[in-house]
Amino acid sequence: MRIGVFICQCGTNIAGTVDTRAVAKKAMEFPDVVFAVDYMYTCSEPGQKEIQDAISSHRLQGVVVAACSPRMHEPTFRRAVKKAGINPYMFEQANIREHCSWIGTDREANTRKAIDMVRMSVEKLRRNQALFSTQVAVNKRVLVIGGGVAGIQAALDCSDGGLEVVMVEREPSIGGKMAKLDKTFPTIDCSSCILGPKMVDVAQKENIRLYAYSEVEAISGYIGNFKVDIRKKATYVDWNACTGCGECTQKCPSKKAFDHFNEGLGATTAINIPFPQAIPKKARIDSDYCRYLTGGKCRVCEKICPVKAIRFDMKDEIVTEEVGAIIVASGYDLFDARVYGEYGGGRYPDVISAMQYERILSASGPYGGHIRRPSDGREPKEIVFISCVGSRDISVDRPYCSGICCMYIAKQAIMTRDHIPDSNCYVSYMDIRAPGKGYDEFIRRAQEEYGVKYIRGRVGRIYPRGDRLVVQGADTLLGVQVEIEADLVVLATGVECSAGARPLAEKLRISYDQHGFYMESHPKLRPVETNTAGVFLAGVCQGPKDIPASVGQGSAAASKVQALFSRDTIETDPQVAHVNENMCIGCGKCEQVCPFGAIRMKTLRDGSRKSEVLETVCQGCGLCNATCPNKAIQLRHSTDDQILAEINTLFD
Amino acid sequence: MSSKSDAKQEREIKIVGFLCNWCSYGGADTAGVCRFRQPTDLRIIRIPCTGRIDPLMIVKSLIQGADGVLVSGCHPNDCHYAVGNFYARRRMEVLKRFLPYMGFQSDRFRYTWVSASEGQIWQQVVTDFSETIHRLGPNPGLHQTVDSAPAVSWF
Repeated sequence: MRIGVFICQCGTNIAGTVDTRAVAKKAMEFPDVVFAVDYMYTCSEPGQKEIQDAISSHRLQGVVVAACSPRMHEPTFRRAVKKAGINPYMFEQANIREHCSWIGTDREANTRKAIDMVRMSVEKLRRNQALFSTQVAVNKRVLVIGGGVAGIQAALDCSDGGLEVVMVEREPSIGGKMAKLDKTFPTIDCSSCILGPKMVDVAQKENIRLYAYSEVEAISGYIGNFKVDIRKKATYVDWNACTGCGECTQKCPSKKAFDHFNEGLGATTAINIPFPQAIPKKARIDSDYCRYLTGGKCRVCEKICPVKAIRFDMKDEIVTEEVGAIIVASGYDLFDARVYGEYGGGRYPDVISAMQYERILSASGPYGGHIRRPSDGREPKEIVFISCVGSRDISVDRPYCSGICCMYIAKQAIMTRDHIPDSNCYVSYMDIRAPGKGYDEFIRRAQEEYGVKYIRGRVGRIYPRGDRLVVQGADTLLGVQVEIEADLVVLATGVECSAGARPLAEKLRISYDQHGFYMESHPKLRPVETNTAGVFLAGVCQGPKDIPASVGQGSAAASKVQALFSRDTIETDPQVAHVNENMCIGCGKCEQVCPFGAIRMKTLRDGSRKSEVLETVCQGCGLCNATCPNKAIQLRHSTDDQILAEINTLFD
Repeated sequence: MSSKSDAKQEREIKIVGFLCNWCSYGGADTAGVCRFRQPTDLRIIRIPCTGRIDPLMIVKSLIQGADGVLVSGCHPNDCHYAVGNFYARRRMEVLKRFLPYMGFQSDRFRYTWVSASEGQIWQQVVTDFSETIHRLGPNPGLHQTVDSAPAVSWF
């Protein structure tokens, strides 16, 4: 092989502490090196030209550039050598800037180190193979997991772009948390009035297929060609027949079913439509409360249904969809306030969560939009809001800020003062975090225009006195203890990952942080991509955020999918594992260890078992390579030979 | 140990580092960008994942004469490939216990987890490990006996 070595001075970034001339001179002594030179800025236009000229004049077959980190400029130089007619994988980069010149001041030691690094790169390059990307066809359908506002936005954007969309929603209706909200901050827009039309759009778009009350069961395949098994949970109602007339819900005798949509305030019937604007607007039987399904007698709904849609023998059904990309918008849960025993959430009926209060405020809520106490139905006059319940508290393993609570408390306090002008609203807060457009002004309006009393400090204890609640806490600005006799206490419960987030991540093979929020590819520069190609994130499943941010991310994820689908085929990274069948003993260890299901076993005509790499699925981690007892499976461009050559050359 | 320290400046100490591309290699880059001064003994080999490392590569480095071997990857649960570093951790733990039987001081090998943003931690890791290796002196090689007898309490 004829190798050319290019040592970059990077101005004085490298040349300042490394004798680049000496490195280049030494490089000429390395095996197969026929040309070596140092240059001011190798990555610049003339620098790249220098490489390309040398490739043709010295008939180079491989190039080593000793410069900055390959994480920075490897793609640049690969493109440059490709233009000059050699395979882009016949290139190696030695990182003599970040790993050498920038971290040491001893010029001699640095130069020795740089020489070693160049030598390692040359030895690796001598064992490189030309690699070629393969093209795989893209199935231009997209799966959206989760029908909250982020998922809805993503689905509508994809649909507008002409893509076929499959949406899977766990609950009987799409809409997510936003559908439960009465108003949105800071504009006090009616939440269901702005979300409703979008939900209807999802139902009416011909290229969106909605699976409500369904969950993702299994995912296989890879970017461009995923196969998704979806479990359609039994609703006991044939949704093709059901018209959503609601006759059954009028007559159902089981009227104590848990009302999920109203957060357990009030009750609903065993056969129910979750809320008036539900999409799809279809009835479902809650099998935990249905008299027939639990006790074997009743079937009133079956008799009453005008279209005969009731199917008591319905079972869960698995359907398979094929898609090319996946947008995960699986949303979040709210912190369980019962963890704080001192607040009495769950023990005292008038200590409620903010989402319950949101339902109380809502005209479609359990009290028809009139603010009442859950205990006795009385209108509360003194209302205390407690912020950071399950946010910024290491003791409950929630060190992060949920980001939305300060704002929704202000909104709820304003709404309360609107509904009951002679009421007093108190907000106990740690800090006010209002970093959005018009957000801080909104908090000021709550304080100044609506007279909401903000008390900085934590509440220590809540206990009942008569039919009221005593809230004991501190005012850290005045340095005094505070005691308020309240009629109603609202806990601003924080955001936490959805209960199903971790199992779903395992199915998608994406990673999550210690709190269960999905990890983006890069926290700054790739905020909606994951490290699994073809899987994108939107909404709070990635981390706490408010509605505009969720919508923005939904659109961002949709645009990533459209960019991906703008091509008919995609190029795969050829740095993947490869099996030498002559050496493979068919033990199957590589198949077990592969995190991506990229290896399968096949049987040859002579009956022997061999493993086979699905090159488009392989992500190039090399786990199989390290595991293979015979070293029959080798990760291209990081083979055992190459790594050992790098080690050996250090100690020659 | 003291007999070796006399000869320790005879040749340059060399430490082989196996760094995963996604976290620790990036962490070392970050340390460089921040100009965090580090000893010059380390020679980094870039690998896709710590799960790519065959323990034999570490042994081979020591046999060839590396004075220390440092492996670093993504924090557990943060692996770019989801589970690679879990496999690595198991292999490294087993290897660490076997090294004395092969005639190597187990202190010459260390594994650690450093993310791409932890430049400062990387500086500490490199500085600390280099100091350890300088204290141990050059690798006496396979043909020398190791004076620290391995503890065998787990048998």
